[in-house]
Amino acid sequence: MILGRVVGSVVSSHKRPEFEGSKLMLVQPETPQGVATGATLLAIDSVGAGISERVLVVLEGRAAGEALGRKHAPVDAAIIGIVDQLDFVE
Amino acid sequence: MQLARVIGDVVASHKDPGFNSTKLLILQPIAADGKDVGRTLVAVDSVGAGIGETVFFVRGKEASFPFHPTEMPADAGIVGIVDQPQIYTGRQK
Repeated sequence: MILGRVVGSVVSSHKRPEFEGSKLMLVQPETPQGVATGATLLAIDSVGAGISERVLVVLEGRAAGEALGRKHAPVDAAIIGIVDQLDFVE
Repeated sequence: MQLARVIGDVVASHKDPGFNSTKLLILQPIAADGKDVGRTLVAVDSVGAGIGETVFFVRGKEASFPFHPTEMPADAGIVGIVDQPQIYTGRQK
């Protein structure tokens, strides 16, 4: 799993039926310090995350499909948690 | 998943039989602001995307799931077309 921040969402009316009813959020991966790192990615939202919230994202097909709750869904990323607080040693 | 712009298509008459009657499109991944990012790639299309459209695609084994139960050796697949490219210029705190 990685840490990231929700920076937007995507509207798509023409998509795979497995995506119906789920939100697609744009996530910017971040270091624990909150520094943006790497390219933004699109993830299915299974927890109701909002813009600018820090989130926990799985980047693996099977895990993301499980978060969506559908078999054989063509997904590879899902938001599976909203971060309340982070504690770490620099 | 990642956002990308469709910039071309690929015709291959001799290919793995799993790819029979599928469409292969050339993608340029883009960032949230629409700028090109990273290398172009070829993805299998399951939503009927066309050149010039902004799409999102999945990486890995899951790219072949839309064709279930057909198994194909694909590692990237288009799974949706973005309606409004300007909508994803995210607001940030």
